[in-house]
Amino acid sequence: MKKVEETMQTLVAYVENKPGVLNRVSSLARRLAINIDSLTVGPTENEEIARMTIVAHTDEKGAHRLEASLEKLVDVLLAENISNRSILERDLALIKVLADQKNRPHLMELIKVFRARVVDVAPESLILEVSGTVDKIDGLLEVLRPFGVLEMARTGRIAMTRGGDLLRPPVANEPEVSANSENRAGTTVTN
Amino acid sequence: MKLTGAEILCESLTRLGVKHIFGYPGGAILPVYDALGKSKLHHVLVRHEQGATHMADGYARASGEVGCAMATSGPGATNMVTGIATAMLDSSPVVCITGQVSSKVLGSDAFQEIDITGITMPITKHNVVVTRAEDIARTVREAFLIAASGRPGPVLVDITKDAQQASCEFDWDASAPKLPPKRQRINYDQAEFDRAVELLNSAKRPLILAGHGIIVSGAMKAFEQFVRAGNYPVAMTLLGIGCFPAKDSLNLGMMGMHGEAWVNNAIQESDLLIAVGMRFDDRVTGDLRTYAKNARKIHIEIDRAEINKNVPVDAALVGDAREVLEKLTPHIKTRDHGVWLRHIQESKGDSAVRDIQSLPDNGHLYAAHVINDIWKETRGEAIVVTDVGQHQMWEAQYYHHNLPRTLITSGGLGTMGFALPAAIGVKFAKPDAEVWVVVGDGGFQMTMSELATIVQEKINIKIAIINNGFLGMVRQWQEFFYDKRYVATPLVAPDFAALANAFGIRGERISTRNEVIPAIRVARQSNETVLFDFRVEQEDSVYPMVAAGASLHDMIRRPDSPLVETATEP
Repeated sequence: MKKVEETMQTLVAYVENKPGVLNRVSSLARRLAINIDSLTVGPTENEEIARMTIVAHTDEKGAHRLEASLEKLVDVLLAENISNRSILERDLALIKVLADQKNRPHLMELIKVFRARVVDVAPESLILEVSGTVDKIDGLLEVLRPFGVLEMARTGRIAMTRGGDLLRPPVANEPEVSANSENRAGTTVTN
Repeated sequence: MKLTGAEILCESLTRLGVKHIFGYPGGAILPVYDALGKSKLHHVLVRHEQGATHMADGYARASGEVGCAMATSGPGATNMVTGIATAMLDSSPVVCITGQVSSKVLGSDAFQEIDITGITMPITKHNVVVTRAEDIARTVREAFLIAASGRPGPVLVDITKDAQQASCEFDWDASAPKLPPKRQRINYDQAEFDRAVELLNSAKRPLILAGHGIIVSGAMKAFEQFVRAGNYPVAMTLLGIGCFPAKDSLNLGMMGMHGEAWVNNAIQESDLLIAVGMRFDDRVTGDLRTYAKNARKIHIEIDRAEINKNVPVDAALVGDAREVLEKLTPHIKTRDHGVWLRHIQESKGDSAVRDIQSLPDNGHLYAAHVINDIWKETRGEAIVVTDVGQHQMWEAQYYHHNLPRTLITSGGLGTMGFALPAAIGVKFAKPDAEVWVVVGDGGFQMTMSELATIVQEKINIKIAIINNGFLGMVRQWQEFFYDKRYVATPLVAPDFAALANAFGIRGERISTRNEVIPAIRVARQSNETVLFDFRVEQEDSVYPMVAAGASLHDMIRRPDSPLVETATEP
């Protein structure tokens, strides 16, 4: 499990929020023979731009190629491998778990420990909502399994660099410079 | 001014500087053809849509401008796929316009409906469906911009029939390209640049690997200054040929699978490779584990995705070849590589033994003879368009190009059938140039229907079919690696001279060496297309050869045979 995590690379991309872009991004990964572990996409504060978090099963070299190739797509405004930066990662899960009168109290204890929330209550089951790192959700899942997990839905990871390390979509006519601090002087080129 | 979408398209293409469109009409593009008839655009009717894309590609490669191809929906569009992929792999700026069924029936499997943007997504730089007349002008302008900028490539614009038919206000100024904002990357920092300079000035055995990017960037002058400043020997990729004169003593010739032995050996012995506008394709590196083990590497390349893709480099200067070279040249301090250059020169003499060109005439006609004679007779000034296979490699070895954009060939995709249609496009780009097609009997039969296009357009090109009765390169692999089991490579062909005559083209069969030069001379006098069926030695092979996956220095050399006795100085 640990070893697999080591080869997971996290990329953030800003893309045009329009039909077909997700297809271009996923098709590109397929063409490069890079396996996507999770890909989340959602709108940003600017409705014309969507933000993607791509977790790919590849090494650093593969991530560079994916990042550079993504930026060649006309509809991709920016792509950045943030695996080696200080980042916050979150996954959200809804878990429907078997809960009868007998085990419900025990279940509630665990839910508290994992800071999950009960969002739906039925006579024979509960739906829990939990967010956090992949490890945390996997951990909760592990302890819930003996009770009987009936259904689960996960969003896949979203990620953001911490603190002042900003990764914002470029604005028209106002070219933004790479946040990577070692790149300071040189020439630029557009594709 | 209110115009239909079709009229807007034609008007936009005209304003973008398009003169020739290579295409084939059909139901879903018919409104555009109707508008074409009223425009000043010249339409070249092809015989197959693959031909249209190759022509647009040839036009683009010869002129450096965007080539334009057109087809209808469905089969018209799918026939373009090979040509689009060819342009993609060789970074050629081509815009393909396809008709599409009406937007109201999109997705309903209507007659001749196909998802061509889905199909061509991985083989275009960009593609787009247009469903409104209002979007046509802007989209087409964007397509041309994308095709030609940065690392060029093909763009496909799929226009629905209702968008072609609808009318709207046409306002050129209001339809300027509006591409999504892009993050401007800093391509290399000062430290990276300094590292490159330091490598350049400390190398004892430097060697330049010159690629297509130099030609695309128009960097020939900057490149020459760079070469002179450092007194660097230059090796060429297939597509790099012409970026530096063959007659220059620093030009060593082509590298790679069928590169000159002294070039491949020099790469393996070098202590610094300076790669400019090339991408370390497997056909030029051979086995990566043994590739240039002792060399540090500088990579000058516009496409960031190519950096460290196949070969890890010590300094990567991402950017336009001309800009980067102009920056580097003033920093070059060392140019004394006399020992190294002499060493290469010596191995060059040794390798010339493979040269069958300098043999006395023994009645055998070799492809090398034909190609070398064409070179001599045209004084190396013709534009040569090749197909793919043995003749292509012999062309690279025996026709010495001094000028960029004079060898037009499908490198990355290796598309058989490319030569004839591409040459038609070349001729439209350079109407005053002497254009020669060098093509095998296999590849010629793939797209020979375009002979009719030549006749219909009354154009003048010279066609040299290097006819050995085999799919020669595949036969060669079968000879070397499959114990001469010639499965599916012996090839029946029509009488090409008679075939040419049937099209109304002069055709001749040439079987002996002493007929070659007189025939070439007569053809060059003619202001019409002439086709030659050169009957060459059937089982000749291209030497040297690096087997696929073998080390670059591990070359199969021309065996000693009665045909190759003593070589004179090349």
